[in-house]
Amino acid sequence: MFEAVAQNLIFGILLGALYGLGAVGIAMVFGVTKFLNVAHGELLMLGGYATFWLFSLFNIDPFLALPLTIVFLLLIGAVLYKLLFSRMVKLAEEEKIKNTMLIGFGLTLILQNIALTLWSADDRGITTSYSGQAFTLMGLRFPYLRVAGLVISLVCLFALHLFLRRTYTGKAIRATVLDWEAASLVGIDVHKVYLLSFLIGTALAGVAGALVLVTFSVEPAMGMHWTLKSLIVMVLGGAGNFIGTFFAGILLGTVESVTAFFIPGNYRQVVGLLIFLLILSFRPQGLFGRKER
Amino acid sequence: MRSLQIISIALLIIVLICLPLVIEKDSTINLFILVFLYVALASSWNILGGFTGQTSLGHAAFFGLGALATRLLWIDGFPILPSILAGGLLAVVFALLIGVPSFRLKGVYFAIGTLALAQILYITVGNVFPTIAALPVEDLSAYQLTPRYYLFLGLAVVVVGVAYLISNSKLGLGMMAVREEEDAAESLGVSALRHKLLALAISAFFTGLAGGGFAYYHVSYYFQFPFSPIWSLDMLTMVYIGGTGTVAGPIIGAVFFVVMKNFLVRNVGEYHLIIFGTLFILVVLFLPGGIISIWKIARKALKRQAKPPDYQLSPEKYD
Repeated sequence: MFEAVAQNLIFGILLGALYGLGAVGIAMVFGVTKFLNVAHGELLMLGGYATFWLFSLFNIDPFLALPLTIVFLLLIGAVLYKLLFSRMVKLAEEEKIKNTMLIGFGLTLILQNIALTLWSADDRGITTSYSGQAFTLMGLRFPYLRVAGLVISLVCLFALHLFLRRTYTGKAIRATVLDWEAASLVGIDVHKVYLLSFLIGTALAGVAGALVLVTFSVEPAMGMHWTLKSLIVMVLGGAGNFIGTFFAGILLGTVESVTAFFIPGNYRQVVGLLIFLLILSFRPQGLFGRKER
Repeated sequence: MRSLQIISIALLIIVLICLPLVIEKDSTINLFILVFLYVALASSWNILGGFTGQTSLGHAAFFGLGALATRLLWIDGFPILPSILAGGLLAVVFALLIGVPSFRLKGVYFAIGTLALAQILYITVGNVFPTIAALPVEDLSAYQLTPRYYLFLGLAVVVVGVAYLISNSKLGLGMMAVREEEDAAESLGVSALRHKLLALAISAFFTGLAGGGFAYYHVSYYFQFPFSPIWSLDMLTMVYIGGTGTVAGPIIGAVFFVVMKNFLVRNVGEYHLIIFGTLFILVVLFLPGGIISIWKIARKALKRQAKPPDYQLSPEKYD
């Protein structure tokens, strides 16, 4: 009994890392630019498909393919930003959130159906030579693929943290978050900062998509699910704190996984959503966020 | 309203009432039913999302609850109209239950919170009622399109009428004040929470009635289907295409939505959603006020042409 719960806990943490990574991507974009990109899940799906095709056409290992997947997502991100999101930069905050959300819904329709026509509605998954293998620690199973997912998520998070804290560009991004008008007065190119943050968000979506492909599978309609999860985790974590966002993801994954063990039927997502709503109604600023005003 | 407008609207309604007597093709009647359903949905959503400015992504919950209650009662042998009314009332009860906690959330957090609520119902209903809501044989053999047509026509007219009355009342002004600047509205004695709750209740009631109509109209569907988040997104999409916060906007948006989708499905088949998504993005980018703003822009342009501004100095005067 105890072992089974502990095993579920482990799986929950490993799943939660993916939620966290998806959420950090959407939170990076939202936190800096106030663009609510609800097509984030679709970008994640594209990352999954990119990795899938690299593996099945050219036999490239999904983890070695990560740089290529990231480049592909960066290209898509740049096109989307130039075509659509760059027009939203000058709007007032409320308008910006609403309009980017609407554009995101349109993008959702477009990307999802492009994927559907190009690659059909089939679930696509890949099997590598090491799929299904696991190491055992204190009687608990740790599948390599999922542990790799956690490690890569942590590496991304750490790299992002260092980038924001230790580099000049990172400092510019943080300054823009605090006050974009003041930032542009001291010579920071706000447009460049926005573009950069958007690209970081899309790249993270690509990595998350690749990890979802190797641990589960991908299909054209998966985006909505991952967008919702990312949004929930972003709100749970609270604004402006990526480490908090990531831990909120782990928390959601753990809660879902342990619930699935205790409550029969497909209720694990319901419990996750209920906890989300409860926390939100008592702490509207999120678990790890600071109170505004 | 000017008398010309009243007459033309009355004429339009009379024409729509007479339509089933003339048209024999079921597909055309079905198309009109869809238009009425979506007009009702868009106008209901607009009362909360447009007038009061609370972007809800959870209206599928009200639609689904209306459909669920109606279908269960109706199959149990209750007459259809009270069943639909019960569906609307159930949606209101749910709306009031979630209203106070939801409205603690502002802006995008409200949107995500309502989406989460609707997802909870969507998944739960899928677990509790995993089957298809099929009609019993005796109801199936008695199935006729005409009563459905009149039901949805009536619903659309009532919802639009109520939206019009609200937009011209003190209540509507209060809602719009809350939308524009909540703190300022409060300082003038407009209770933001009361206006939001009232808008939510009215909006949920009509969305629930539309769900009841859906349960009466559709022969068989999964119980879960009317709870699908697609419905919430469709309502939002239609209102923004037409023009949010206006009475005519949601009507235009709904008609455009149904007719354009129908047209695209027939002509471009599987690509129809790609093109529709592109059209939607174009509207958001270039017509932020929705299709209805074309009319305003055109009228302004006409006025400018008819009467050139006399304050403009022509360069010749300086020669």
